[in-house]
Amino acid sequence: MKKYNIWLSLDYILKAAVLLSFVFPFIWMISTSLQTFEETIKIPPTIFPSSPQWINFVDAMSSGPFVTYAKNSVIITSSIIIIQFLVMIPAAYAFAKYDFAGKKILFGMVLIAFMMPGQVTFIPIYLMMADWGLIKTLVPQILPFMSNAFGIFLLRQYFMQIPEEIIEAARLDNASEFKIVWKIMTPMAKPALATIALFSFVSHWNDYFWPLVMTDTNEVRPLTLGIAMLKQSEGISNWHIIMAGNVVLVVPILIVYLLCSKHIVKAFVYSGIK
Amino acid sequence: MASIEFVNVTKEFEKKEIIKDLNLRIEDGKFTVLVGPSGCGKTTLLRMIAGIGPQTSGSVLLNGKDISNIAPGKRGVAMVFQNYAIYPTMSVRENIEFGLKNNKVNKIERKKLVESISEAVGLSEYLGRKPSTLSGGQRQRVALARAMVKQPSVFLMDEPLSNLDAKLRAQMRIDLIELHKKLGTTFVYVTHDQVEAMSMADTIVLMNQGLIQQEAPPEEIYHEPNNIFVAQFIGTPPMNIGELGVDGVRFGFRPESVTASTEPVESPFTLQGEVTTREMLGSETLYQIRYKETSFMIKSLIDKFSVNQKIHIGVNSDKLYFFADDGDRIHKDHIHYRDYFEALRGY
Ligand SMILES: Nc1ncnc2c1ncn2[C@@H]1O[C@H](COP(=O)(O)OP(=O)(O)OP(=O)(O)O)[C@@H](O)[C@H]1O
Ligand SMILES: [Mg+2]
Repeated sequence: MKKYNIWLSLDYILKAAVLLSFVFPFIWMISTSLQTFEETIKIPPTIFPSSPQWINFVDAMSSGPFVTYAKNSVIITSSIIIIQFLVMIPAAYAFAKYDFAGKKILFGMVLIAFMMPGQVTFIPIYLMMADWGLIKTLVPQILPFMSNAFGIFLLRQYFMQIPEEIIEAARLDNASEFKIVWKIMTPMAKPALATIALFSFVSHWNDYFWPLVMTDTNEVRPLTLGIAMLKQSEGISNWHIIMAGNVVLVVPILIVYLLCSKHIVKAFVYSGIK
Repeated sequence: MASIEFVNVTKEFEKKEIIKDLNLRIEDGKFTVLVGPSGCGKTTLLRMIAGIGPQTSGSVLLNGKDISNIAPGKRGVAMVFQNYAIYPTMSVRENIEFGLKNNKVNKIERKKLVESISEAVGLSEYLGRKPSTLSGGQRQRVALARAMVKQPSVFLMDEPLSNLDAKLRAQMRIDLIELHKKLGTTFVYVTHDQVEAMSMADTIVLMNQGLIQQEAPPEEIYHEPNNIFVAQFIGTPPMNIGELGVDGVRFGFRPESVTASTEPVESPFTLQGEVTTREMLGSETLYQIRYKETSFMIKSLIDKFSVNQKIHIGVNSDKLYFFADDGDRIHKDHIHYRDYFEALRGY
């Protein structure tokens, strides 16, 4: 009995440790965003600010064209997700349910694209975009992400589990392939699509590297760059202002996560009717 | 209204011939049942008619016209799938309506059709529900309604009752027979349940390993089997088969055509054997009788025999069947029929 208690408490301690290591940076960020400059440099560090400094958010947002940054971030991420869906769903359907010449090779290429980091391709893409005179637009931040290899892969796995008979029933119901994809397959794949949308949203909303190399004016920069510039704009690091900016960056992710979370577990367990 | 014809049809899967040079005519307006053991190619045949699994060679004709190049949705054919294949994200109404929408039926007409069909199959209260909230029987009705609403000229059904409990199955059997009477369209019904086949069919097509064994009305299949396979497939328990000991010929008789008694019986074929098992089924009792090295099943209305008892059994001449060494039936007009019959007296 005693031994059992020891293991049980050890179990709780370990869980708490893991939880803390994930949650602590968040708490630190939120706490700092509400502190005064003095509190941020005090030793020992402050966890609970004496009075929350909401003004930090105003300061952060007014230190640059943040409305533009935010608008750019929203346009870039939502366009990417919409375009990716338009490309990915028919592609995954074809890979899952059709037999055609070159299918294996093409799918192999998708997998290679899945494993290819952006750092490998950014120079040629930049040169190409510059050639086309698109650097002063949002296109270089959207177009290269039109297809989502991870999404195609995940969705294909999901589509493969959908029984052939459902598609055949639709064909007998005189449905076009177009209709089968959008009216039958897509609604059935909702969990997978929510997962893919979330991953895609997080990676493009948070992307720093790609916009950094693809932009040269504030008009086309997203939030991540704007917040990074908070650091440079003052001589010393105004951590309370930077953290306020970070909170603004993170809140939409939490909202989107909450919207998608109930579908995400399902994505990995097909739940058609038996 | 439609008749279906298979002309020299073969079907291969991965170079393996599943259907071998098949010729079959399915009459217009008839209730035809395809029956046979699992894997014999029943579903494969249905899929050819529907156009979702085309034949490798030969042709499938609908009303005498080759339909190989007509899309599945344009053949006037509806199918009820073995696993229902209901669209899980659509409500019952949307499921039933989907085919009509694709066929550009207008809204008023659609509403009228959906409502009358769902009334007919008892789904009216469930039109707003998602399939996942329905019972197996209700889902089966959705699948049926979805097929019926299109008013097809051919109805294909692939073991539609296999997932239902015995009671519901019996009810649905009657419903389907009535439906067929009312619609008068061509029904092609697949099952591996011989009771379903016997009770519903106008014509039974009995298949084995991609070959048609016999095509006949239920009574004929039962009374005049073409070969040993048919004789043993239809009837429970299956027909008793024994070695005659002449030319490799075998004889057979059905468990239910036996006269059994504790006294010797007057019949062309009689024997005395020992009861080895006894199964009381209610109105009838099944006995296994051991005679020399073989044993025979008999079905009797008498339930007073007990295990280890010696009893006499006899079979009348018109209930005896003979089969050649290749399994084919030897008919009465066969030149050696008399000889085989005499040989049996000395069995
Ligand atoms: N897509 C396929 N690929 C390979 N072989 C197949 C395919 N579909 C069917 N077969 C084979 O064809 C044969 C006939 O299959 P079919 O589904 O027609 O049988 P069935 O008579 O409907 O059996 P059951 O009563 O079990 O449904 C089987 O041996 C099966 O393994
Ligand atoms: Mg089958």
